[in-house]
Amino acid sequence: MKVLLVDDEIEFVNTLSNRLGMRGISTDVVYDGQQALDYVAEHEPDVIVLDLEMPKVHGMDVLRQLSKTHPDIQVVILTAYGTEEREKEAEKLNAFDFLNKPVDVETLVERIRGAYRFKAEKTMAAAAFAEAGEFDTAKEIAKDAKRFKTAGEMFKDEDKK
Amino acid sequence: MSILKRIKPAFWDHQDLISGPHKALFNFRRIWYATVLLTSAVVLLPLITMAVIDYKVTQHNIESAILLRTARLVSNTQRTISFFLDERRAALRFIEQDNTCEELKDPERLTSLLEHLKKGVGGFVDLGIIEFSGLHVNYAGPYNLQGVNYSRQQWFKEVMERGVYTSDVFLGFRRTPHLVVAIRHDLPEGPCYVLRASLDMEKFNDLLSNLEMAGRGDAFLINREGLLQTPSLYHGKVFEKVSLPVPEYAPRTRVLEWKNASGLPLIIGYRYIADTPFILMVVKQKEVLMKPWYETRIELIGFLLASITIVLIVILGGGTYLVNRIYLADQRRVMILHEVEYSNKMASIGRLAAGVAHEINNPLAIINEKAGLIKDLLSLKEGFADKEQLLDPINSILASVERCGRITRRLLGFARHMDVSIQTVNLGDIVQGVLDFLDKEAEYRSIAVSVDIPGDLPAIESDRGKLQQIFLNLINNAFAAMEDNGHLAITAKTEGRDFVSITVADDGCGIPENDLKRIFEPFFSTKIGSGGTGLGLSITYGLVQELGGKISVQSEVGKGTSFTITLPLKQEQKER
Repeated sequence: MKVLLVDDEIEFVNTLSNRLGMRGISTDVVYDGQQALDYVAEHEPDVIVLDLEMPKVHGMDVLRQLSKTHPDIQVVILTAYGTEEREKEAEKLNAFDFLNKPVDVETLVERIRGAYRFKAEKTMAAAAFAEAGEFDTAKEIAKDAKRFKTAGEMFKDEDKK
Repeated sequence: MSILKRIKPAFWDHQDLISGPHKALFNFRRIWYATVLLTSAVVLLPLITMAVIDYKVTQHNIESAILLRTARLVSNTQRTISFFLDERRAALRFIEQDNTCEELKDPERLTSLLEHLKKGVGGFVDLGIIEFSGLHVNYAGPYNLQGVNYSRQQWFKEVMERGVYTSDVFLGFRRTPHLVVAIRHDLPEGPCYVLRASLDMEKFNDLLSNLEMAGRGDAFLINREGLLQTPSLYHGKVFEKVSLPVPEYAPRTRVLEWKNASGLPLIIGYRYIADTPFILMVVKQKEVLMKPWYETRIELIGFLLASITIVLIVILGGGTYLVNRIYLADQRRVMILHEVEYSNKMASIGRLAAGVAHEINNPLAIINEKAGLIKDLLSLKEGFADKEQLLDPINSILASVERCGRITRRLLGFARHMDVSIQTVNLGDIVQGVLDFLDKEAEYRSIAVSVDIPGDLPAIESDRGKLQQIFLNLINNAFAAMEDNGHLAITAKTEGRDFVSITVADDGCGIPENDLKRIFEPFFSTKIGSGGTGLGLSITYGLVQELGGKISVQSEVGKGTSFTITLPLKQEQKER
């Protein structure tokens, strides 16, 4: 599991990285939106924990770009500026979760793991559809998390049969 | 009184607490007075003036017409009478010229002349010749007057002096009313005799009694002493003194107004008839003549009064309606103005709170992580001596951070709900959220707060932010009204199938009955001078109305106040 932490609060994000490491989640850390995009282009993490208010590129723009270029990457927003509008916008851009600072580290761990699980299932579902020759559905699932939910349920139904 | 109370418009007792240079603009009672008085004056003054002018002109015209008609009647009648007498005098003159003295002294001739006169001219009773000594030398007629001597009588003296004479009506030797016409016959060598004829009174009286007159009219002759010469309907018998004054001499017809002894106004037309002692009088009763005018006048006045009444009703009704509309519009304006002001204020406070909360969240997160890291390290390291001593303060730091986080989230929660957004809300949660803000104050002042909201109270569709404001206002008000150690009770229950009601009751100072009906008015405050704006309850009222609810208040001075809000379970879809 590759996890990337993006936050301009260096003290915060380093400590968080440290603590996550203690809980078995190894993380890379970058300090602004541009660095995050550069990192993604090179390494393609499974989960990104993303701050919103950052210099250079705003977190929401990072999310917007990722939803286009890397729909597989699951993004957990962690911000001190959580408003209802932002939460709704993030949801529209297929963010996995939206958390407010300060957050309990155990909660964050749980969400990161959840996001990773989700991504894995989604990939499996897409692969299953691709194997079954339904490439269009597989593509849609790969792009769209909402589609995945319905696809995932279909998948489960098929398992029961 | 109760009717007056019921129709009294809303603005009547309005007292605006705003003072300032434009205060008069909002004195609605004064606006009402000005509107009503000005409109009444503008409408009624011309109406009344026109009516009065019309009244006077019409009355004057009618009076003039009456006087004119009377004058014409008098002139015509005078002409008739003059003609009657002139005709008879001319007949005598003709006889006097056509006959010699000797012929006239012949009784047969005189009798035949009388017969001719009766047939030809008419109106003659007898005919006589009187010598200038006064002796009646020849006589033709029904009375035996031959040999009577007139030398001492006034008429004889006058005829001898002037040559022609027309007498008053008198009784004379024959003891019946009659009229005498006499002319003197002059011979070249001196006066010879007087030709004298008495005239038929019946024919003479007919001239007057046949007149047709309106207005209980009366036409008669009097002589210069005021004695009646012909019969009168209303003013006495023949030879009696007439009950009217003898009018002063005038060469032409005159008409005057006069009031008789009983105050009845009379129209008197008169004419001195030339060469006779007679004055022709035509007397009419003004009241009777004016009667048609009086009837019209009543209609005119009635119409005027009805018009004035209708105009006044319309002005009063219209003025009151308009001023009331202005008043209501103004009230709405004031309400909206202050609602806007208030929500602006709330929005600013909200933005500020949100900004602060956000700024605090970042350092808070760092504290959280650092403390968490220490805790993590401690728990990883086995056998650390002072582990317990360190864990305690760290847990305390983490708990404080969590508490701060809760506070910032709550602040954000308040700031977040400035716009109307209808959602399903739980009243208990909202009340508790508001109380969380105030629990420190309650604690310091030892105010006991009891909340009795049943767990099965249905969630309602409403606006969370507005409900928070409503409860914050009400609970703040309650706190302000209470002494320390007071008791605040918040209870809720369902009202029928579609409503819930929440009551906020305090045991504070209460509200006097007079103030009770005004507490929802903007700017009504008993806290003036101590920081009250007088807006809280008016805004609360507006907010409750916006949510489709109702607010009511019960209070008793010294015992406390309770506000009850009734809210609908579901919001009706408003057209936007």
